[in-house]
Amino acid sequence: MPDKIKELKIKATQLRIDIIKMLSAAGSGHSGGSLSAADIVACLYFSVMRHNPQNPRWEERDRFVLSKGHACPVLYAALAEAGYFPKEELLTLRKLNSILQGHPDMNKTPGVEFSSGSLGQGFAAAFGMALGYKLDNKPGRIFVMLGDGECQEGIVWETAMGASHYKLDNLTAILDYNNLQIDGKVSEIMEIAPIVDKFRAFGWTVYEIDGHNIEEILWALSTERIVAGKPTMIIARTVKGKGVSFMENQVDWHGKAPTPQEAELALKELYEELERLKEDG
Amino acid sequence: MAEQAVKSTRRAYGEALLELGEREERVVVLDADLSKSTYTNLFAKRFPHRFFNMGISECKMICCAAGLATTGKIPFASSFAVFAAGRAWEMVRLSIGYTNLNVKIAASHAGISVGEDGPTHHCAEDIALMRVIPNMSVLVPADAIETRKMVFAAAEWEGPIYIRLGRPDIPILFDDSYRFQIGKAYVIKEGKDVSIFACGLMVWQAIEALELLEKEGIDAELVNVSTVKPLDEETILRSLSKTGCAVSVEEHNIIGGLGSAIAELIGEKLPAPLERVGIRDRFAESANWKELLKKYNLSPQDIRDSAIRALRRKVEKR
Ligand SMILES: Cc1ncc(C[n+]2csc(CCOP(=O)(O)OP(=O)(O)O)c2C)c(N)n1
Ligand SMILES: [Mg+2]
Repeated sequence: MPDKIKELKIKATQLRIDIIKMLSAAGSGHSGGSLSAADIVACLYFSVMRHNPQNPRWEERDRFVLSKGHACPVLYAALAEAGYFPKEELLTLRKLNSILQGHPDMNKTPGVEFSSGSLGQGFAAAFGMALGYKLDNKPGRIFVMLGDGECQEGIVWETAMGASHYKLDNLTAILDYNNLQIDGKVSEIMEIAPIVDKFRAFGWTVYEIDGHNIEEILWALSTERIVAGKPTMIIARTVKGKGVSFMENQVDWHGKAPTPQEAELALKELYEELERLKEDG
Repeated sequence: MAEQAVKSTRRAYGEALLELGEREERVVVLDADLSKSTYTNLFAKRFPHRFFNMGISECKMICCAAGLATTGKIPFASSFAVFAAGRAWEMVRLSIGYTNLNVKIAASHAGISVGEDGPTHHCAEDIALMRVIPNMSVLVPADAIETRKMVFAAAEWEGPIYIRLGRPDIPILFDDSYRFQIGKAYVIKEGKDVSIFACGLMVWQAIEALELLEKEGIDAELVNVSTVKPLDEETILRSLSKTGCAVSVEEHNIIGGLGSAIAELIGEKLPAPLERVGIRDRFAESANWKELLKKYNLSPQDIRDSAIRALRRKVEKR
């Protein structure tokens, strides 16, 4: 396995470990959607994005907006791992006076680009950021992650239309397609398929990948995938709860934190995975 | 003291809806991917053909409910308050308010007692948002018993209604003899020194404040103003003309909610010192809901302090 791939797999597992630890300490929060996004977020923060944890507001930086804001544990884990704030802060998640709110707060947490949690709004704000970067001829890219349930919001499609209308090729969206929302399967609650065709029809360049395969994620996020004059949509097939056997594909793990006992079981699995990855190659 | 029974108003709503579904065929229920949190899932399980999950799309849900109402149904539409009253506000205004259609919006997770999810999911603005829409009635139950009666009354009432529900388990204050009527405030305890007008879970906090005041020899009157609109002017003015000063108490921004409604009323009809207990025009934060009530000025102590201030102003006025 190439070193870079191995390193990112280790990072993703480290993020998952921190997600479990912070959610268990908080006693509430969203496990499933945080875990499903871990590989993509690891690739963004530890390989793809040009950013500077020592200078979070660096003008030329690439930006990442987590539109599915409830999955912020994965974002906080990545920001801490990257050095935006000390890792100890992670254990204050959702507690009084913490810099880590239950949903992302751009005024409280260094590195958080936009306050989100009301589904759909982050996507439209990322659209505005891409527009602003274009206006200033900035080289940076804007990345934004959406949930599949989130795509049921009308604002997602209003934004999809706007981003292609303004030819925002500096905008790359990633759809965390785990086919689960709160009340059940996305395909049963309110079908969004055929999602590739929909975004193509809205004028986007669309790639479909395995959202847990580091090679495929890096391939799709590469600047080489950008088609001039079009925004990019990466449909990432994922498993909600990925990496913790008893959380995988379980709708009930959407908005629940592990108890101390459950966290212990989950951490055992994740540390074993970490060891395996470190020994491998 | 014996353990007090507790239940959230959202759960009481879900259970009442189930009862209502049995005896009223025209009732249909809509939700936007939060049926486990709003407890409309109870109705969904029993009456799957009369339940419509809209997916995550509150604006569509509101207009769809309005459309259903034009076909003679009695739609109850539920989500979190911040999405039902906030995100979908203009849809509520036109498709339900302007049309004056028979839609009931029952929104849970109102206020800041949502707790850990934080300000994006709190809603300290919904009473204000709903109150300013003509034709809309605004109901805020104080406990599970009142919620149940409110749901039945809402189904019988012809026209738009907003019911504000909460997330946490709170004490059950009333028993089955409690009489709820839309547009009527309920005097919980009579008193002569100061009138406390409260709604929602703050009624419980106000009951605790009564004890603090009693210890200091202050005889406060407590009124549950569970209909914020149309306001029960008669009961409020009668209480105020007896006590001469008032405190409003709500889990809402002090701007636009029950306190404002009372200030508007007494400003025009019976000027008197009024102190408002509520969230002081700021966003709260993520934390356990009980900690939040303390930090954001919604504790029995805050109510007691406000009552003392109101009393002092009354005396100075004389
Ligand atoms: C506008 C809005 N409506 C409702 C919610 C409540 N909510 C939080 S997460 C969620 C489900 C999200 O599902 P999905 O987008 O598929 O996310 P994931 O599966 O990745 O967790 C809902 C309905 C919300 N946050 N925002
Ligand atoms: Mg999903």
